[in-house]
Amino acid sequence: MIIPEFEYVSPQSVQEACALLVQYGDSARVLAGGSDLLVKMKDGLMKPAYLVSLKNLDSLKAIRYETGTGVIIGARATHNEVMNNRLLQEKYRSVCEAAHSMAADQIRNIGTVGGNLVNAVPSADLPPILIALDARARIVGSSGERTIALEDFFLGPGKTVLEKGEILAAIIIPDQPTTGSNYIKFGLRRAGALAVAGVASSVTVSDGTCRDVRVVLGAVAPTPMRARQAENVLRGKKISRELIDETGRIAAAESKPISDIRGSIEYRRNLVNVLTRRSLKAAIEKGHI
Amino acid sequence: MGTAIKKGKLHVVTLTVNGEEHAVLVKANTTLLDLLREEFDYTGTKKGCELGDCGACTVLMDDRPVNSCLVLAVEADGHSFTTIEGVEQGGKLDRLQEEFINQAAVQCGYCSPGMILSGKALLMRNPHPTEREVREAIGGNLCRCTGYVRIVKAILAAAEANS
Ligand SMILES: Cc1cc2nc3c(=O)[nH]c(=O)nc-3n(C[C@H](O)[C@H](O)[C@H](O)COP(=O)(O)OP(=O)(O)OC[C@H]3O[C@@H](n4cnc5c(N)ncnc54)[C@H](O)[C@@H]3O)c2cc1C
Ligand code: FES
Ligand code: FES
Repeated sequence: MIIPEFEYVSPQSVQEACALLVQYGDSARVLAGGSDLLVKMKDGLMKPAYLVSLKNLDSLKAIRYETGTGVIIGARATHNEVMNNRLLQEKYRSVCEAAHSMAADQIRNIGTVGGNLVNAVPSADLPPILIALDARARIVGSSGERTIALEDFFLGPGKTVLEKGEILAAIIIPDQPTTGSNYIKFGLRRAGALAVAGVASSVTVSDGTCRDVRVVLGAVAPTPMRARQAENVLRGKKISRELIDETGRIAAAESKPISDIRGSIEYRRNLVNVLTRRSLKAAIEKGHI
Repeated sequence: MGTAIKKGKLHVVTLTVNGEEHAVLVKANTTLLDLLREEFDYTGTKKGCELGDCGACTVLMDDRPVNSCLVLAVEADGHSFTTIEGVEQGGKLDRLQEEFINQAAVQCGYCSPGMILSGKALLMRNPHPTEREVREAIGGNLCRCTGYVRIVKAILAAAEANS
């Protein structure tokens, strides 16, 4: 298999990377881990003239806590770095678990958080849990920086709000009163299988009442989607088994799956129902975020 | 100027392979897999799917397994790699390799280099893994012959020998 020829550049700063992306325009692509991009280039689905590598940009790799901001995950952090990170294991273990649910060790050692998000594949495993935790995307471009809700980052399969010359710098998980969260991926095998459906949820529970809730569905719509009607069923109510069952049914009804090689519309809807219930129960009972 | 080298088309890459440092010129679209096989003759690194699915091309990058078919040679700059040829020490097979032989964990052998490197990386970071941890560590390595049972046994036996 041949990768079509391209020019490789490895800028020394984020600013330089953005400037190069502006200069090369549509003929350039950012290269992070390459686990998606190189596959597409080998398959002939993409033929960029320039690859702008993030290899030297160590500032994009750190995972740290900033008072007043929250946990900042650099876009270049790999899935294994996320999975094994102490801070994340203590504060948001569900994110580590979601990273762990992906691919296999070899891919998790090169694939990055940024690549997983910018790819904007509906079945990607990190967006649901990050959106459930109200994460923000920090975007840097040649004319400055902006931070948006990750929920608003995705426009459609392969499409994000990133404009020419912009790169995703980091994901921010703000401090929150959430009491539990969870992501369940349903794949056809335990390793190396993409999600047929995935459901993430986060809950804030006190005195048996659901004060706040987010339910986010993966692989059942053109973008990761919040099941807002389902959330409304549960928000502000005393938690009961019947209510959680109802939440699952509503989430299934509002999901927008397609039939493909991994599963049919009916099968996926049924999965959303079951996984939503399981994910909520785990988030309510588990007692970790 | 015997060979025509177009400016900007070749990149100098400095990397360590099996303990030896090398500086090589590579084209941007060369994969680490092709560099290891064609330039260094480390043909124990196998070429399977070339898409990250099978793990036959597994090598250790700074002691962590990666699919060399999905790493560009230019991106290997500054890193250290171990291929299956670098697992034996001083002409003596590593205990894990011996256990692959003892437990008959090799049939056609195509998956074995990758399996052994994934197993080796696991044992380096976790000398006493559970069977589940072993199965997970080789989750990115496909074997079409053995049914995995003997491979798992071999890695567990090598771990046993660690203690
Ligand atoms: C065998 C295999 C199994 C896989 N299994 C899974 C799985 O289970 N779950 C899953 O979700 N994914 C899976 N993937 C997909 C992929 O590995 C992940 O999405 C990974 O996180 C991509 O990250 P990367 O750094 O390798 O991206 P790259 O391939 O480097 O980049 C992907 C895209 O994002 C752009 N990009 C990357 N970083 C940035 C940035 N910081 N700013 C702007 N643009 C950027 C690139 O230009 C490119 O378009 C799998 C892939 C393979 C090959
Ligand atoms: S050849 Fe690299 S994973 Fe199959
Ligand atoms: S021994 Fe033949 S593929 Fe594993």
